[in-house]
Amino acid sequence: MENPKNAAVSPQQKALQKIIWVLGAMAKLAIVVVFVFPFLWMLSTSLKTYNEAIAYPPTLLMAQPQWENFITVWNSGNYPLYFRNSIVVTLTILAIQLVVSVPCAYALARYKFRGAGLCFAIVLMAFMVPGQLTFVSIYIMFANADLLGTLWPQILPFGANAFGIFMLRQAFKQIPQEIIESARLDNGSELSIMFRILLPMAKSSLVAVTLFSFISRWNDYFWPFVMTNIDEIRPLTVAIAQLRDSENGSKWQIVMAGNVILVMPILVVYMFLHKRIINGFVYAGIK
Amino acid sequence: MKSDKLREKILPYLFVAPAMVFLLIFTLYPLIYMIYISFTDWTLVSKTKNFVGWENFVYIWQRADFLNALGNTFFYTFWTVLTLMVASMLFAVWLHKDTRLNNFTRTAMFTPHVIALLSVSMVWSWLMNEDTGLLNMLLQTFGLPTSRWLNSSDTAMGSIVLVSWWQSVGYYTLILFAALQGVPSEIYEAADLDSAGPINRFFRITLPMISPQVFLCLITMTIGSFKVFESIKVMTAGGPGKSTQVLVYYIYNTAFAMQFKIGIASAAGVVLLFIVGLLTILYFAFLSKKVFYQ
Repeated sequence: MENPKNAAVSPQQKALQKIIWVLGAMAKLAIVVVFVFPFLWMLSTSLKTYNEAIAYPPTLLMAQPQWENFITVWNSGNYPLYFRNSIVVTLTILAIQLVVSVPCAYALARYKFRGAGLCFAIVLMAFMVPGQLTFVSIYIMFANADLLGTLWPQILPFGANAFGIFMLRQAFKQIPQEIIESARLDNGSELSIMFRILLPMAKSSLVAVTLFSFISRWNDYFWPFVMTNIDEIRPLTVAIAQLRDSENGSKWQIVMAGNVILVMPILVVYMFLHKRIINGFVYAGIK
Repeated sequence: MKSDKLREKILPYLFVAPAMVFLLIFTLYPLIYMIYISFTDWTLVSKTKNFVGWENFVYIWQRADFLNALGNTFFYTFWTVLTLMVASMLFAVWLHKDTRLNNFTRTAMFTPHVIALLSVSMVWSWLMNEDTGLLNMLLQTFGLPTSRWLNSSDTAMGSIVLVSWWQSVGYYTLILFAALQGVPSEIYEAADLDSAGPINRFFRITLPMISPQVFLCLITMTIGSFKVFESIKVMTAGGPGKSTQVLVYYIYNTAFAMQFKIGIASAAGVVLLFIVGLLTILYFAFLSKKVFYQ
């Protein structure tokens, strides 16, 4: 529309362009519906009775919200524990990643040392190796260490976040050398320079990395599914998956209520921080 | 000054050490261990590991269930990558202008990508439920033939491809959109003067300009598809019959579910490693040629 050539077009062409624009806008809204509606359907089903859920013709709204569906889910297993496990696992991973990745990224960005290239190559390689390739070996490692009944098999394999190291390295590289030099003249120790001066300057990268990690760990089902064999260490995802296989499995309103519990924290975070989250994911994709 | 020198020498190693320890223990070592086990007859129940050479590889190569899983994985990968690539490119071009509506559309399309694949799979199982699911109800309302979706071996894999597509297309659209932002607008203006048509313009200017990102997306999509597991576990558990059994499912079943044949599972893992490794080498060979990270 900003095209200067448009100034010369006839009124008919202008009308045609308007129609095309309206059709395009309608198509875009239809796409929005396609990508958002399944979540609304999840939410709506979770508040219905069974008969409402399977009624034909289907209705979007329920006669009366059935909040007890959520109570049914909550009482069908040890949900406070699953919730706690999800939170403990995710937060511990984030803490370890911060302590491990920041110094590594700092060294790779700011020091010249023998083996730096090799270290960076290992980081890049780790970036590409999926857990689906390593889970059997890692399971055996934890079995040998007698740690299978603990939360560690869900935590330790994610201690170093290759993507985070990569992204923080980029961010640290862009900080002017003078800032580091002057901090050193002030007798700052290397650790305090890193955590008190450089880290705040790389804040937006750090936030993106943290959100990315938080979302992928909270959502992960494959890894805890493979690594957990007793109820006490199960996170929310594994519990919700089992809900489906339980006696409640055919009651879609219960299954959907379980998924709402799992999805809500992420959706709320996404609503407030979608710009930063999108930046993190896009950056992870382009590198 | 002397302590400065020493600091410069030792500190970087102290800084990278923790990360390297984690990466070596939980990425490199497991791969090497898997390759080693793939040449043994180890099962979780037996205590002994005997070296058996290529026997496990010969064994899986003759097994119909392994070849079926491999074939299904290729089928899934082919269709997922093809439909994702074409659609995300079209969406990226269509939504490339920085308007409010376009931004909103792109953000909405991306939403499924931050939601647990587990939940995405479950809500789609519900939508695709043969008797009471919304999709068949809608088809019925419009007088269209209904589908058996996940319940028939003819349509189950296609349905899973559809769900994977739905979850990822917004993500790749955003990446290609970011790539398009990097194309200098002067090039388009020059093309406008040449009055090149939109299709011509896409193939002669846009596509060549963003081809590095397209290529990297292609490899990321392919690796992502070869490791498919969660959605299949939730939606079909490999069925009906064995029509949606895939490679990771085969590895999981062989190693843990009932057989505990770690040697054979590792051999299947090595096959997957070979595929992923090949793609990774391609990726980095291309990246080092283009060198657009520094």
